[in-house]
Amino acid sequence: MTGCVAVVGAGQAGLQLATTLRTLGYDGRIVLVGAEPGLPYQRPPLSKGFLAGTVPHEELELRDPSLLAEQRIELHAGRRVVGAVLDRAGGLLRLDDGSELAFDRLGLATGATARRLPVPGADLPGMLTLRSVADAEQLRAGLADAADIIVVGGGFVGLEVAATARAQGRRVTVVEAADRLLARVVAAPFSAHVRTWHEARGTTVLTGAAVAGLTGTDRVTGVTLGDGRTLPADLVVAGVGASPVTSLAEELGLDVERGIVTDVAGRTSHPRVVAVGDCTVQPHPHAPDRLLGIESVNNAVEQATAAAAVLLGHEPAPRGVPWFWSNQGDLRLQLVGISDGYDELVVRRGGSAGEGRLTVLYYRWGRLIAADVAGNPRDFTAIRSALAEGRTLDPILAQDTDVPLRTLLTEARGLPADAAARA
Amino acid sequence: MPTIEFTCPDGSRRTVEARAGASVMETAVKLGVPGIVGECGGGLSCATCHVFVDVDQIDVTGRATDFEEEMLEDAMTPPTELSRLSCQIAMSDALDGLRVTIAKEQQ
Ligand SMILES: Cc1cc2nc3c(=O)[nH]c(=O)nc-3n(C[C@H](O)[C@H](O)[C@H](O)COP(=O)(O)OP(=O)(O)OC[C@H]3O[C@@H](n4cnc5c(N)ncnc54)[C@H](O)[C@@H]3O)c2cc1C
Ligand code: FES
Repeated sequence: MTGCVAVVGAGQAGLQLATTLRTLGYDGRIVLVGAEPGLPYQRPPLSKGFLAGTVPHEELELRDPSLLAEQRIELHAGRRVVGAVLDRAGGLLRLDDGSELAFDRLGLATGATARRLPVPGADLPGMLTLRSVADAEQLRAGLADAADIIVVGGGFVGLEVAATARAQGRRVTVVEAADRLLARVVAAPFSAHVRTWHEARGTTVLTGAAVAGLTGTDRVTGVTLGDGRTLPADLVVAGVGASPVTSLAEELGLDVERGIVTDVAGRTSHPRVVAVGDCTVQPHPHAPDRLLGIESVNNAVEQATAAAAVLLGHEPAPRGVPWFWSNQGDLRLQLVGISDGYDELVVRRGGSAGEGRLTVLYYRWGRLIAADVAGNPRDFTAIRSALAEGRTLDPILAQDTDVPLRTLLTEARGLPADAAARA
Repeated sequence: MPTIEFTCPDGSRRTVEARAGASVMETAVKLGVPGIVGECGGGLSCATCHVFVDVDQIDVTGRATDFEEEMLEDAMTPPTELSRLSCQIAMSDALDGLRVTIAKEQQ
């Protein structure tokens, strides 16, 4: 088979799509166009080890150039796709250097951009967001000579930045508008656990605190809250989420709803186009009529792997159990399954689980659907296998921390629809 | 540059050069050595980078830490005394010629 697959966006998902096409035996041209300079890289360390200075730049890079050459992946780094059209045989991309690229199949892996704070003063120097390695370098330099850091947003990225900055001895305040940390993704006991960890290390956590504006004339000097208080700041980092990049998809007339609408295997509304990673929204596993944006490495890799099969006309492998991790200093969080839509919670803590460990299990209609685990990899692996194998755990027995979870797994009965939706 | 000899899940052998400081996982993934997934990119969170270190070299690499052991406990390929998560082994000249066998099933 000859031809050309063009992939727009050379991040985690775009790279995975390109390399998987080759390992599945595709022999045509593969052109990977990425707006950022350099080799494709992983983002998770940007708020963790890279920011702390313990992970060097090379460690971020996902593949060696020799492997890309061997796999004949033509990487155009530092080139942005500025326009696209589809026709009967394929289509054409327009690049920011004026060149054009004809393709017969297209992958969109354009990712997401960090949201900015929608308040006065948000464009002052010293007000940063974190998405790219360039952002991380700027933040790292800023941290070096700042005393007071304010992190706006108590989500994963914000909390990771807070933990890193605090470990460097900065005074750190996390300002969160909701009444608890990680409110959109985890249940209250888990939020409380995370808050305790940060507070025990000297970080101030303000919840229910809306940001009204930033003060400062030629650079940021403070954050004004809704109640009128102004907190001093040398550096403000907004961790208030990311918006999917959908402009090309819109130009091509694909279905877009917040993100590019796909199925779990990256199929879009156009048969020659797949979309993968953070730029997409896909059916919710427990509510297939709802669309969900899943911003994780696991999703980027799995969706792109499936989409490569789709582009080649193969049957994609079924998706695994979604999972996510977040390391905040020595606080290690592992989240598995999709908890939203749960109707029952089980909290495992204390006893032989040991201090600083917490597992929250989520049930729906009596059946295990997800878990959030802090510092307990045994619980994480047991639950991940349970979910992958369609098994469940008795919610009463699961409260006993003296019993290893893996000894409690039983076949889930009834309601196979959920398990099928997860597959 | 220190070298690593991988025994891949299909039994084939591959010797590659590693950047000093790079982990065994990173080296394998970047060069396309099959079998190591490394989903979390070295975050000690996924357990998809399980290897067995050559018995003569385990004292040089060191054994799995407590946390690593817990991660490996329920691994698809049952762990042994020689099991490590390869993202936790940083290459150095002292490890030149390291021989590892990649666990057949990861996760
Ligand atoms: C600081 C941080 C920490 C994170 N930590 C974790 C973690 O611990 N665990 C986890 O699972 N996930 C984590 N994530 C999320 C994870 O990194 C993302 O889900 C993943 O990077 C998504 O990959 P992607 O390829 O879809 O998008 P991206 O990585 O955003 O890549 C998209 C690329 O497309 C390029 N692009 C966009 N438009 C164009 C265009 N028109 N032309 C050319 N190129 C274009 C962009 O420049 C970008 O390089 C983290 C993210 C961040 C920012
Ligand atoms: S790469 Fe994830 S634990 Fe080693």
